[in-house]
Amino acid sequence: MNDSIRSTQTDVLIVGGGPAGLTAARELRRLGVARVTLLEREAETGGIPRHCFHPGYGLRDLRRPMNGPTYARRLSDLAIAAGVDVRTETTATRWSDSELGLLVTSRLGVETIRATAVILATGARERPRSARLVPGDRPDGVYTTGELQQAVYLHKQPVGKRAVIVGAELVSFSAALTLAHAGVEVVSMLTEQPRVQTFPTVPIALGLRQRFPILTDTSVTRINGDRTTGRVIGIEITGPPGSRTIGCDTVLFTGDWIPDHELARLGGVRIDPASGGPLVDTSLRTSRPGVFAAGNLVHPVETADLCALDGKALAATVADFLDHGPGSADVLEVQAGDGIAWVSPGLLRIGAPAPHGRFTVWPAQALAGVRLEVRQGTRVIKRKRLLDGAVPGRPIHLVSDWQSGVDPAGGPVCVWIRGN
Amino acid sequence: MDPDYDLVVVGAGVVGAALAREFSLTGLRTLLVDAGDDVGCATSKANTAILHTGFDAKPGTLESTLVSRGYRLLADYAAAAGIAVEPIGALLVAWDADQLAALDGIDTKAKKNGYLETRAVGASELRELEPDLGHGAVGALAVPGESIIDPWSPPIAFATEAVRNGVTLQLRRRLTSVEASDARTLLSFETGPNLTTRWLINAAGLGSDLVDEMFGHRRFHITPRRGQLIVFDKLARPLVNHILLPVPTAMGKGVLIAPTVFGNVMLGPTAEDLTDRRATETTAEGLATLLEKGRRLMPKLLDEEVTATYSGLRAATEHDDYQISVDEKQRYVCVGGIRSTGLTASLAIAEHVRSLLAEVGVDCELIRESKPPAMPNLGDQTPRPYQDATRIKSDPEYGRIACHCERVTRGELRDALVSTLAPTSVDGLRRRTRAMNGRCQGFFCAANIQVEYPVVQASPGGNS
Ligand SMILES: Cc1cc2nc3c(=O)[nH]c(=O)nc-3n(C[C@H](O)[C@H](O)[C@H](O)COP(=O)(O)OP(=O)(O)OC[C@H]3O[C@@H](n4cnc5c(N)ncnc54)[C@H](O)[C@@H]3O)c2cc1C
Ligand SMILES: Cc1cc2nc3c(=O)[nH]c(=O)nc-3n(C[C@H](O)[C@H](O)[C@H](O)COP(=O)(O)OP(=O)(O)OC[C@H]3O[C@@H](n4cnc5c(N)ncnc54)[C@H](O)[C@@H]3O)c2cc1C
Repeated sequence: MNDSIRSTQTDVLIVGGGPAGLTAARELRRLGVARVTLLEREAETGGIPRHCFHPGYGLRDLRRPMNGPTYARRLSDLAIAAGVDVRTETTATRWSDSELGLLVTSRLGVETIRATAVILATGARERPRSARLVPGDRPDGVYTTGELQQAVYLHKQPVGKRAVIVGAELVSFSAALTLAHAGVEVVSMLTEQPRVQTFPTVPIALGLRQRFPILTDTSVTRINGDRTTGRVIGIEITGPPGSRTIGCDTVLFTGDWIPDHELARLGGVRIDPASGGPLVDTSLRTSRPGVFAAGNLVHPVETADLCALDGKALAATVADFLDHGPGSADVLEVQAGDGIAWVSPGLLRIGAPAPHGRFTVWPAQALAGVRLEVRQGTRVIKRKRLLDGAVPGRPIHLVSDWQSGVDPAGGPVCVWIRGN
Repeated sequence: MDPDYDLVVVGAGVVGAALAREFSLTGLRTLLVDAGDDVGCATSKANTAILHTGFDAKPGTLESTLVSRGYRLLADYAAAAGIAVEPIGALLVAWDADQLAALDGIDTKAKKNGYLETRAVGASELRELEPDLGHGAVGALAVPGESIIDPWSPPIAFATEAVRNGVTLQLRRRLTSVEASDARTLLSFETGPNLTTRWLINAAGLGSDLVDEMFGHRRFHITPRRGQLIVFDKLARPLVNHILLPVPTAMGKGVLIAPTVFGNVMLGPTAEDLTDRRATETTAEGLATLLEKGRRLMPKLLDEEVTATYSGLRAATEHDDYQISVDEKQRYVCVGGIRSTGLTASLAIAEHVRSLLAEVGVDCELIRESKPPAMPNLGDQTPRPYQDATRIKSDPEYGRIACHCERVTRGELRDALVSTLAPTSVDGLRRRTRAMNGRCQGFFCAANIQVEYPVVQASPGGNS
């Protein structure tokens, strides 16, 4: 069966046509790289924003607010206009055994694409109910936001009448908006955290008019289904007032991200066990020479514009790699200290500022007022107060102005937070 | 007036489907009915998917005989139909001196069951064979014949072959009462018309004691014994090389770790005796127990993502063996209490039942050669369509991946919808193709697939 496997060669092969991949591709062309090939497994490029029909996209990269699909189309058009070889309905399935390259499947067949550099920008997904080990029946009516938005916006499918949203992150409010659009009443939103996992202004900024109770410190203990209809009839929850059942016909599991890291892992790149994404340095290099990563694959999750800016920063790294080779492998670890799950990039390349001048710091626990510190050994090189506290699900942006204060021979840098 | 059918098989699990297939090779006019909306949608869809050698069955039981015979029959059938089987072998792992000592007894039992290939494995060899096993394993008994199999395809393949040979299949038909008279039995159902048959075979799984009672018997009582399972992500597959069995206890075979032919790793099952025959939910305690055991057996497994959790109900009885018997007067065969080995034994059970009927004078000679249908390959060890350049060239739909986690192509989804036993539910489509069964559980593909490949629901009692 392998007689007809074709083999082609490109300069840079990008896996994933979301904001990160599309932007990296476009910028690489702009920097004069001759052959840039982008693989997207879906029928259209654009990634997650394709089905997020609400405003809030494009602010920091295109400097113009727009809704998700418009943003997805805009980034796609720009990439094609820049001369990127965009290949849709094309899936990278595994690494080629010999040289750097990937095996891909498309309607054209199975083919090996070899490349001088590979960029992984495969994004992240929400943990579904099963991965969260929520017990109970297995009825219809249980969704992730990804599935819900595609059903509602792309396919105009009926959903339910009364929904409970699990999670209170940015994406959870986006889901609430989708439900409102589909005429579904949100019965309540709940989170295991002691507070909402985004900024209070978000629902307003998104234009969310519907009001519903938000239950904090609350978790789902069981899903109840009707055995005859096979549909959700309620969920059991436990929170501060104790345990109870909420009647609903739809349950939405939102947030709780896991990077789509299959290719990264199969490629043998080092993974940050806390984020699940490839461990990258401030130039977005992975542990494997010639393999780079950007977007929500490395920091699950940030907003799309920051993923796009990753792509832009990465294009410069990769262009430099094509001209001058891998460069110095000297890096310092950026460790996640107390109160922090992970920091991205997790490695500091001396002389290379973090992409778009920010580190993403993911809190491990909720804290009210917060002091954040960056230390090298016992030396504090940055201190920051966060009036709004910290909560898992809402990344903290740590501006990288302290990088010049790092001693290249001083060992790992540690970021930690503490409540007031 | 002749009855409508010569034979009605009640229950289209893997056992009932195997029976329908067996009798489809005879001259009997056969009907296969099930209360559910698909074949194999009760216990047969939710098991640990092991093709057992029968090494640990109770020697001398019918189960022991039928499991070891069924092992060979199903392995051959699977090879002919293209159903995935991986003969990876099992290791019964001992964690202390008592368990190590118990392995001798199991070895003796295996030999009594006619299984001679067992082999003792020392602690250091065990570590080489399974480097990711937790600390403290002191030795093992290797059972090289134990295999893993695609559990979903066999009932579909059997029923497909039966239907192609002229068997009628009716779904959404729950048998509610029987009235046996001289020459025929009148059957009534929850939905759809009554009908008459000469013979009836009860292959009703968890409902087999209830159907037995309809004929006035009180010979066994089904206690649903729930088994909950956790399926781990495919990235966990390299951690496990064999089926890793615990040393059995009185409550059953205990919690195992086994790869699946789909390329995942499963941990389970629990063994909980219940009364509710529909209690196929998972519970917080059940999942916690599994995780706790799993953490000891293979700590690294727990670092991997969970793809799915599910549970199945074994049709356990107060007896130590299958409940298979012929009631000649009422022209009734009971095939009940097929608890934890029914997938493996299915074809042998069917063969056995036909011989029982022949003994009482039913004309059920084989008049047809078996032609196993070509089933879509759902296994990861042989090339799937997305990897097959030649196939994609002849039909590009096999190059268009629709379910990314399980790499199911549009060609396969299209084929499933027009197959002999087309799915009648989204779950049915999942079992036929693997679509939407992967790590994202539909985040990326479920909305698309359900719109573009809509299933047509089974109408109550409608012929398939
Ligand atoms: C419901 C929701 C609401 C959101 N709301 C906002 C918002 O209001 N504002 C905002 O800025 N951000 C928002 N976000 C976040 C934003 O959508 C993401 O940050 C952004 O899409 C991430 O970009 P990315 O390129 O890293 O990954 P993705 O957009 O996930 O793109 C990854 C792409 O890679 C493809 N791919 C993966 N594996 C392969 C493979 N093996 N072969 C080929 N292709 C592959 C995928 O199909 C996908 O298209 C929201 C996210 C969600 C889920
Ligand atoms: C957790 C677990 C793990 C297992 N592991 C293995 C394994 O590794 N290997 C192995 O070989 N076996 C295993 N088994 C056992 C195996 O799954 C069963 O023995 C087998 O599926 C039984 O098949 P069945 O056809 O008898 O029952 P079922 O699949 O339950 O089918 C019975 C059918 O009868 C129908 N029915 C019931 N009452 C009526 C009625 N009144 N009218 C019409 N229809 C009716 C039901 O709808 C159902 O479809 C396991 C079982 C469990 C639960």
